[in-house]
Amino acid sequence: MPAWSTIRTQEPKARQRRSTINRLFGEGTRPGYRLLIALVLAVALMLLDHRTGHLQPVRYVLGHVTDPIHYLAHIPVTVAGGVGGVARSHSELRAENERMERQLLILHQRAQRLAVLEAENVRLRELLNSSADLEAEVRVAEIIGIEPDPARQEVVINSGARAGVFEGQAVLDARGLMGQVVEVGPATSRVLLLTDASHALSVQVNRNGVRAILAGTGQADRVRLLYVPDTADIVEGDLLVSSGLDQQFPRGYPVARVVSVTHDPGRAFALIEARPEARVDRASHVMLVEGARDWREED
Amino acid sequence: MRQPGSSGTPVILATFFVAALLQVLPLPEVLERGRPEWITMVLIYWVIALPHRVGVFWGFSVGLFQDVLTGSVLGQHGLALAVVSWLSLAAYKRLRVFPPLQQSAVMFMMIGSGSLIAYLIQDAVGRAHLAPLWVLLPALVSAVVWRPVFGLLRLIRHRFMVR
Repeated sequence: MPAWSTIRTQEPKARQRRSTINRLFGEGTRPGYRLLIALVLAVALMLLDHRTGHLQPVRYVLGHVTDPIHYLAHIPVTVAGGVGGVARSHSELRAENERMERQLLILHQRAQRLAVLEAENVRLRELLNSSADLEAEVRVAEIIGIEPDPARQEVVINSGARAGVFEGQAVLDARGLMGQVVEVGPATSRVLLLTDASHALSVQVNRNGVRAILAGTGQADRVRLLYVPDTADIVEGDLLVSSGLDQQFPRGYPVARVVSVTHDPGRAFALIEARPEARVDRASHVMLVEGARDWREED
Repeated sequence: MRQPGSSGTPVILATFFVAALLQVLPLPEVLERGRPEWITMVLIYWVIALPHRVGVFWGFSVGLFQDVLTGSVLGQHGLALAVVSWLSLAAYKRLRVFPPLQQSAVMFMMIGSGSLIAYLIQDAVGRAHLAPLWVLLPALVSAVVWRPVFGLLRLIRHRFMVR
């Protein structure tokens, strides 16, 4: 005799009257039926969620519960960092301070040159009647969670809809493009990294403007250029920058550097691998490009 | 659905909350692949302990919650955990009297089937890029840590008199 039928007989008579939902999911129904209902519901949900965006509000509402979990799970990391900071010696801090001052000086010097270059760039663009603009405001956010599933390259950051984050927003770290926001909760957002196997964006070689599509591989330190003809002028060490043609990312941010170019006569296209400029597996703070949405509408 | 005499729903929810926390806690990359399926374990425990209260519907809801938590397609874990809770409902009487080793073996099979279902769905929506062999590692680790988790949850159940 199945295990559940005994439970059914034990139930008091008074509890036979129930609402429809209770009759579907209550203890009186055989688990087999309930499983069937759950299966149908789950499949319907999956189809809706995968094929359309109608379930985004459901995720948003449940986000009120999942957000605190992400924040809580980040506490040990913060505490460890705090303890590490306290435990460091005075001399270590002074050495670091000195190093940072030196770095700041170098960066200031570069920024000085940048002002001149920018002015020159604007002049040249005026000459060419082109209005593209690289400047954009950024907002800083902290990474508070990393997708536990090793098959996916995603991180959770500590800004959400309340801070003005929107879906599709470009995410950078100090060195280059990292990915884009794919899911916005009330106080957290999920960022799909450009190394995820389902991610691709349009890039161009900084040296000569050759365009290509850069796709993730699922590994944190490898990305791949797709459909590049064997004759294309791309060599090892080339810097790839975002081209903005995908209408998703702002133009002109460094994305990756080519590490290997293989020409295989048996293949239609060259096999080109690159390493992301952004430290996608080590960064702790990221920048969200503000106004990218306006930028997209302008075009 | 509330039975007269049933109590402790907040305690059950709290254990799921802690399990969810452990599910997303940052771990070194080496350990990440063997992270036990905390949420599934807690679900199975409650089904075995309170089969008249915690069943397929709980599994489905908790699964949906896990979907939002881990950003997977809605219904992936919902379906997997509904099946796992159904399996535990069908086997809870035998499970209760099994010796520890046998119980862990059954745990491995139940959690493993949950992981495999979730993996199949992930594969169907084009998000799985992991060798299928890795999928069963969390189930194996879960089976190893099942006894202590079981003991702890039983302690909690008795302490807070969840019925």
